[in-house]
Amino acid sequence: MSKIITALALLGFSALALAADAVGATEKQATNWHAIVMFCIFVALTMGITYWAANRTKTTADFYTAGGGITGFQNGLAIAGDYMSAATLLGLTAMVYTQGYDGYVYMLAFFAGWPIILFLMAERLRNLGKFTFSDITAYRLDQGKVRTMAAISSLTVVCFYLLAQMVGAGQLIKLLFGLDYNIAIFAVGLLMMVYVTFGGMVATTWVQIIKACMLLTGGTLVMVLAFSQFGFSFQTLLEKATAVHKLGPKLMYPGSLLSDPVTAISLGLGLMFGTAGLPHILMRFFTVSDAKEARKSVLYASGFVAYFFNVIFLMGLCGILIVGQNPEFFEGGTIGGKLIGGGNMVAMHLAKAVGGNMLLGFLAAVAFATILAVVSGLALAGASAISHDLYARVIMKGKATEAKEIRVSKIATICLGFVAIVLGILFEKQNIAFMVGLAFGVAAAANFPVLILSMYWKGLTTRGALFGGYGGLISAVAFVVLSKSVWVDVIGNKAAIFPYTQPALFAMPIAFLLAYIFSKSDSSVRAGKEIEAFEDQYVRAQTGFGASGAAKH
Amino acid sequence: MSSAMYEHMRTNPKFQELVRRRGRFAWTLAIIVLTMFYGYILTIAFNPTSLGRPVAEGSMLTIGVAVELFMFIFFWALTAYYVWRANNEFDAMTQDLIRDAWKENK
Repeated sequence: MSKIITALALLGFSALALAADAVGATEKQATNWHAIVMFCIFVALTMGITYWAANRTKTTADFYTAGGGITGFQNGLAIAGDYMSAATLLGLTAMVYTQGYDGYVYMLAFFAGWPIILFLMAERLRNLGKFTFSDITAYRLDQGKVRTMAAISSLTVVCFYLLAQMVGAGQLIKLLFGLDYNIAIFAVGLLMMVYVTFGGMVATTWVQIIKACMLLTGGTLVMVLAFSQFGFSFQTLLEKATAVHKLGPKLMYPGSLLSDPVTAISLGLGLMFGTAGLPHILMRFFTVSDAKEARKSVLYASGFVAYFFNVIFLMGLCGILIVGQNPEFFEGGTIGGKLIGGGNMVAMHLAKAVGGNMLLGFLAAVAFATILAVVSGLALAGASAISHDLYARVIMKGKATEAKEIRVSKIATICLGFVAIVLGILFEKQNIAFMVGLAFGVAAAANFPVLILSMYWKGLTTRGALFGGYGGLISAVAFVVLSKSVWVDVIGNKAAIFPYTQPALFAMPIAFLLAYIFSKSDSSVRAGKEIEAFEDQYVRAQTGFGASGAAKH
Repeated sequence: MSSAMYEHMRTNPKFQELVRRRGRFAWTLAIIVLTMFYGYILTIAFNPTSLGRPVAEGSMLTIGVAVELFMFIFFWALTAYYVWRANNEFDAMTQDLIRDAWKENK
């Protein structure tokens, strides 16, 4: 039986995050009516927005990027909504609950990529890109070949991430709402298709904004109610928590999680630069009008993310006492035994303990909304790779009409939705904890190196970009397949061939090196022209002159 | 048209000044963040005891938690500083540069 732990690990960014607590739970819970009513309100609201958005989605720019008309503040909320998944709320709270300080360290790794994205990438992305990040990598290189490569690695990231979210969503909804796994998968898949097909980026953005507000409100409410029981004193909270926790004083001490430096660095690189290579996150930078708003987006997004991580830290610590010392939340009523619903239910139990069934219902609805917001963003990014990159630019060579391109992207969304539903059902009982790690690994090793080189290094040629991109893609996939999480846990071999679980530290240098060697040794006439074309691209990247602006409505 | 405009901008000394100033600023901040973050990760890996000590005698707050909370706030303050300077100083320089290029283009 697949475990809820696995499910949540998928929702989060790494299997490692939850490896510590391997308590499984698959039993369907009693139907949670508070949660279902609140979730229905959310769906009704977002459907209303989708209907409104559908009338405003006419051109390709509307569909892919909401016409560039999102403000920096709105986009900041949407990015936070896109970035913080259900596992951020549930998985990380549980991690602080069991591991204390280690969970907090993990959160910094999720956060630290954002300043880097702002300093080195945000404005160049906005100045050079239009709909997808391949617009930037293919800016002065061979459109057909480079876009195909970028679309393949984008789709790889999107598919693994989407599948991981779907399976996790099914498990989570079964647990929180008491719904059947297959019904949950269909509900998520169908709602996602409706949002994206009818409302495009406008609807997706608003789903993410609403979800981010719900997440921030719900989390803050639970934290304040819980923390008030300790008189808002961190000292009191920690004194009591360390007194009862099985780690004792070691609760606030670096534990085993990051004790191996190679894994720690590789994980840090993967989270930091994987974030900077996720197609659905990069796409959000094209929804604002100019570089100024793009910068503001990161400022707001990183502010919300940093704030929320600290809220989660406090929630986890409060949970140690409020949940961990209450027999009501343990199976058979034995404190220290198995938590009802599994280790990741700490946040939910905490909500129930401090706010009753209403708050529990609200938080469960937030978790469902969170999944929808993340899968919608992924579906849109995947559909745009198919319609904008592969169909309009590679197959039709830029001659497709806007209406046709939109139609293809809608068909692509529906196909992706069905693929996600079918795979979600097929993979219900599989151990697919490696998939999010793989998605981040591919994003960091295949997308990020070529993207950053195309913006910063004059010497990058088509040949270098192709070798770097495909090299990063293949090596990231190979390292994950040969690592313990697939080679041993999925295929069933005795020992892993590749000794580390995180591929970034090894796959990223391969991508950069290949891109460098094959660009440097490329003496073709085309390469010369591509290098020459960097000059104009560089001025545009720096000044934003000639960048695609906001569409007028 | 565009290419001529880009040519005007590239040859304008103000462009070199913009690129130099902003580049130095962005890389300085990026290096601060990277050094602090990976320094912290390496400290956890190689010298975890140093982070487990309390900040003061009798306090439950450890150095590790205090340092990390500081990094959350400090990194965010750096992003705010960058956004403020880029949205004022650098954007003004950019506008100026584009105006110059239009004039030359006539």
